[in-house]
Amino acid sequence: MDSGSRISRRDFMKLATLGAGSLSLIAGCAPKHPPGRRVLSDDDAGLLGAIADRIIPPDEWPGGRENGVVSFIDRQLDGPYRRFRGDYRRGLDAMTGTCLEKHRKRFESLSAEKQTRLLGEMESGGLRDGGWKEGFSKRFFEMVRSHAMQAYYGSPRHGGNPDYASYRMMGIDYPPILGQNRYRF
Amino acid sequence: MKNTHVNAVVVGAGAGGGVVAKELSTAGLSVVLFERGDWVSFEDHDNDELLSQRTTVLGNAFGPDDDRYRRVLVSEDGSTGIVYPSDGAYSNVAACVGSGTVSYGAMAWRYMAEDFRMKSTYGPVGGSTLEDWPVSYDDLEHCYEKAEWEIGVAGDSSLNPFAAPRKKPYPMPPFSYNREASMLESAMKRMGLHPFPIPMLRNSVPYAGRPACARRRTCCGFACPVNAKCGTHNTVIPAALSTGNCELRPRCVVGGLIIDASGRITGVEYFDGDNTKQEQTADIIVVAASATETPRLLLNSTSKHFPSGVGNRYDWVGRNLQGHAYTGAFGLFEEDIFDDVGPGATLAVSDFSHHNPGIVGGGILANEFTRLPYLFSNIRPPGSPMWGEEHKEFQRKYFRRNIQVVGPIQEMPFFDSRVQVDPSVRDSWGIPVVRLSGRRHPKDAEGCEFLSGKAEMILKEAGASRTWRHVPGSGLSGGQHQAGTCRMGDDPHTSVTDRFGRVHDTPNVFVSDASLHVTNGGFNPALTIMALGYRVGEYIAGEWQKGNRFK
Repeated sequence: MDSGSRISRRDFMKLATLGAGSLSLIAGCAPKHPPGRRVLSDDDAGLLGAIADRIIPPDEWPGGRENGVVSFIDRQLDGPYRRFRGDYRRGLDAMTGTCLEKHRKRFESLSAEKQTRLLGEMESGGLRDGGWKEGFSKRFFEMVRSHAMQAYYGSPRHGGNPDYASYRMMGIDYPPILGQNRYRF
Repeated sequence: MKNTHVNAVVVGAGAGGGVVAKELSTAGLSVVLFERGDWVSFEDHDNDELLSQRTTVLGNAFGPDDDRYRRVLVSEDGSTGIVYPSDGAYSNVAACVGSGTVSYGAMAWRYMAEDFRMKSTYGPVGGSTLEDWPVSYDDLEHCYEKAEWEIGVAGDSSLNPFAAPRKKPYPMPPFSYNREASMLESAMKRMGLHPFPIPMLRNSVPYAGRPACARRRTCCGFACPVNAKCGTHNTVIPAALSTGNCELRPRCVVGGLIIDASGRITGVEYFDGDNTKQEQTADIIVVAASATETPRLLLNSTSKHFPSGVGNRYDWVGRNLQGHAYTGAFGLFEEDIFDDVGPGATLAVSDFSHHNPGIVGGGILANEFTRLPYLFSNIRPPGSPMWGEEHKEFQRKYFRRNIQVVGPIQEMPFFDSRVQVDPSVRDSWGIPVVRLSGRRHPKDAEGCEFLSGKAEMILKEAGASRTWRHVPGSGLSGGQHQAGTCRMGDDPHTSVTDRFGRVHDTPNVFVSDASLHVTNGGFNPALTIMALGYRVGEYIAGEWQKGNRFK
């Protein structure tokens, strides 16, 4: 694809986004996202990437961040998960708030150990103050956890799991070739 | 422009409606077959787990969509909320030509004689509306046979000593076992059980002009890429259309029955694909829209003759909603088992279907359909981390080393588990939506405890290094196996239709789907829905040919 057609495609996407009435991005979030992202700001993406790497940590296989969790969530927030935009805004802000208050650092800058501990508190519903009222920390954690799993283990067509990395990690051939994908024992 | 009057309207082109449309049109009746969804194909949803009929997190591949459809769910604590088709609590049935028969796992069970005589076999159950069917297995036997031969089933019942008697074998040989089934087979035999290949509505050899199955992992929850899975969309519906007597109208949403001043039902009102309201008149109306949408349509059809809805004089429409309490166990092994021979489920035992001490009914146990990666990410032994390093390690270590043995427990019908229409919430066409409420009968938990225990014993015998059971909660049942909401019976005070599916209060309105089921068996219900379709269709066509115009 030459650069001319890439620009026109980007312009087209911009128009298409306007047409779909997606101007109200996540409420209160500056409409400043790099090309290729639809809803999340750079800060949102950085925070979500850090969470994704704790939910599915990198080892000899990619972590959640590298394997497209952020781009999956960004894409679905402009699709079927539009209804979760408010929850993401509230949850990400509450996480940043809690981290600044407790550690004077953003979540992304904490050690993996501290990150894991905080996510564990969220999972068990241990956080109750600030933005976490009414058991929201548990609900928010479970939402992000399940979306991260969908991204990591689902079809690449939704923005995550490029090249079926997780399938390769699990030893599942992709694409399945009829008559060819048989294992011998 | 006014639509031409026809002999029969069939609402819903699924397992029941497709069969009825074929029976009526081949008998010479003119038929309009309505379907709210569209034709779908494998190409639309190729291998995409997140958009399959089993995992609907990003929507329902085979409809309905979240934009236009919704329901109201009354929770056990009495609170109400809106649910969408991609939510499990919606109890979705696919909205497309063929409905669930396009994407089902395609198990082709005949119910057993006891399943039609549950009250006589076990006696009354406190708090349950448990009852016998007004028809017996023998009454339905030839209908099962027609379904097996016209739609296509592969199997071998000679290996199942508990199978109900049959006159004719299956038209196709059974499928071979995959590796996990072979392991389970030897374990079950050592335990004195009687394993056999699951009968499947799927071509094991080329049949009826379509090819044999390619054994893919993406089968249950997906359309078939080679057209080897047998549904109504590739068998009876094309047969109906080829008679020239049947017109299929996809993308048409039927909102109500038309009732004239004398109280006669004269047709249906519907919204076409452009959302234009239209009418279609007919001599006979067959409602085959599923155990949630069929009662909705009857309840939404009111007049001074039917103040609480058609067929609802005694408040039985929408009652006794049931599905299947799915229960079983997982086992982990220390060697590779996964051979990627789809769709996974190949072997079953029927030893626990009936006559279990202390249990009313029971269910089959089978090895499960292939667990795809996202679904597997939620399968962990109790107390295991659901994220982090250990979760990831489990995912790659045990995906190829686990077996699930699972089955459907026959549920006890519960009068207060029900479909109503909501007084205020409407869908995008302005039609009042389904309102679901109720819970399971406590007896179901006993069945689950029993059957999951058997599943766990089988896995241990097969050499599992770790096992754990899973049982469902006590909340409302329904789901894809939904049934029971327009029960058939001989007494109009305690049922909605007669033994041929004709709604008691009306001469010309029939029901033909799982709504008719008095009880739902301990088996997947698709073949029984098809068999009832043959029974209802055969009856209408036979009467019509004798000159009965159902006036």
